[in-house]
Amino acid sequence: MSGFHVTRSSTLTLVSSIGAVALAAVLASGALWASNDTLRLATDVFLYVALACLWNFLAGYAGLVSVGQQAYVGLGGYVLFALAAKANMPVLYTIPLLGIVAALLSVPSAKLLFRLRGAYFTIGSWVLAEVFRLTAILIVPLGGGSGMSLPVRVAQTLGRTPHDRFVMTYLIALALLLAILVMIFLVLRSRIGLALTAIRDNEVAARSNGVNVDRIKLVVYVAAASATAMVGGLIFLQRLRISPDAGFSVNDWTALIIFMVVIGGIGTFEGPILGALIYVFLRETLATLGPVYLIILGAVAIAVMLVEPRGIWGFVRSRWGVQLLPLGFFVGKSPQR
Amino acid sequence: MEHLANALVQGVMIGGLYSMFAVGLALIFGVMRLVNIAHGDLIVLSAYVALVATQSLGLNPLVSLVVVVPVMALVGYALQRGLFNRTMGADVLPPLLVSFGLSVIIQNALLMSFSADNRRLQAGSIEVASVTLTDAISIGVLPLLQLVLAVLVIFGLQLLLYRTAIGRAFRAVSDDPKVAQLMGLNNKHVFGLAMALSCMIVALAGVLLAIRANFDPATGPTRLIFGFEAVIIGGLTNFWGTLAGGIFLGVVQSVASSFDPGWQILAGHIAFLVVLAVRPNGLFGAAN
Repeated sequence: MSGFHVTRSSTLTLVSSIGAVALAAVLASGALWASNDTLRLATDVFLYVALACLWNFLAGYAGLVSVGQQAYVGLGGYVLFALAAKANMPVLYTIPLLGIVAALLSVPSAKLLFRLRGAYFTIGSWVLAEVFRLTAILIVPLGGGSGMSLPVRVAQTLGRTPHDRFVMTYLIALALLLAILVMIFLVLRSRIGLALTAIRDNEVAARSNGVNVDRIKLVVYVAAASATAMVGGLIFLQRLRISPDAGFSVNDWTALIIFMVVIGGIGTFEGPILGALIYVFLRETLATLGPVYLIILGAVAIAVMLVEPRGIWGFVRSRWGVQLLPLGFFVGKSPQR
Repeated sequence: MEHLANALVQGVMIGGLYSMFAVGLALIFGVMRLVNIAHGDLIVLSAYVALVATQSLGLNPLVSLVVVVPVMALVGYALQRGLFNRTMGADVLPPLLVSFGLSVIIQNALLMSFSADNRRLQAGSIEVASVTLTDAISIGVLPLLQLVLAVLVIFGLQLLLYRTAIGRAFRAVSDDPKVAQLMGLNNKHVFGLAMALSCMIVALAGVLLAIRANFDPATGPTRLIFGFEAVIIGGLTNFWGTLAGGIFLGVVQSVASSFDPGWQILAGHIAFLVVLAVRPNGLFGAAN
């Protein structure tokens, strides 16, 4: 007699999970064979994918549509420069500290911003990012409005030759990205993930069933802020220079990221990764277009929002029922007894 | 002391302008629960429309309003019918992301057409005309005009909302869009008219701003934020609260700037966050 049961896994999720682990191993081995240019580009990709996944975690899963995540990108960059250049702390040790500093700052920020509902939260998050930017301008020891560079001696602690430094940043960025992906994956499979799905479907019903909505959103906001700051630290470690306008840029760290997520598929695990890859591919092929480039991306994102709000991956998933990672549930046939 | 009094007076004047930024936002939020992130960029867009009108037709910027206001009304109506109406629904995500995309598109389109250079509208002798009150306090005619126009705009809006058929339609779709539709209103058209009206106020504010201060394609978001802060400080109850919110923000910025210009905008943001912490319903809203 054959029966049915509800399961997360299928042959496809098993194959793609093994594939994901294999891909991570191949990427890690890149440190041994890739050229400097490839390493730099790959590091860029890792950091964009990380930012896209984190913004999607906030907006796509927790409904917190922030346009102020540049607050934490810039914060991470500035705290790393301050600790490494001014306090002479080894660069590697500063990275977890960035996460802690951002988490501590994000708790009171969230308490304030959560007083604004829905769309007002969105603009409130932008105000917060502006507060961070204007504050950075006032901090003279960190270069004020014109910013600062990371001294060569600090950069050299990562590796004596440029190649060694590229390998080092590449490996840290890869490790950070994998940690972020695993974190989001585990959260989505946990009780919090179930609560997020409930909130997304109907917030009032979720509340009445005992979901502590504000607490769940706080957890997601703090986790995203903390990880975003670590990514921000790495971005500016790679650039070796930071200024308030670059660190807290809404175009670089929010607009582009939002476009990637919307095009790839908001509210899906795979969508932001796909969106970031598409973005980098376009950037490498159409690099010289300047402002036209942002106009095209913005127009495509609007078109996606109007025509297929779930983005490319959402479309693929609903059209062919593809789920690469064991995150959803579906009905499977039980083996015959 | 007089120095402080002067800062206070100037703050009240600039507050009039901020409340005009805010009223346009509050209107469309009130009618259709839409928060338009491109609001600030539409203000800057009107300044550029006025720039083109003054340069090509040789008009005084204040006279160019005759062109800019209808143009922006059309832009607003078209945006609502062509873009925003397709995103209206229970989910807040689509209108936010679409208006954010629009904001980025307007900024970069202006950047391509006009470069990143600072611009300013030349309005002639009215720019420097002023009324002297005491040795330390004199009121510019132009800032005074801004405040008076802000009061007139709000007065006119109240009349429109409570005394005319279109105002009744705005209130009806705001209270219950479904019933409004059953009563024979075309909601999409009403939403279009609300956005057109918002953009007419935006046009007025944009031109006044452009006479008073330099602008470039990237200055929109700051205007959006000032308007938003005025709305929240004012308490979301009525337009007079929004005027009070704008004036409060203007005064805080102006007083802070009189001590240290570097603190002008930051002090405004901090005052907003403090209001949010202490009185989340706004300084002038109903106590909850």
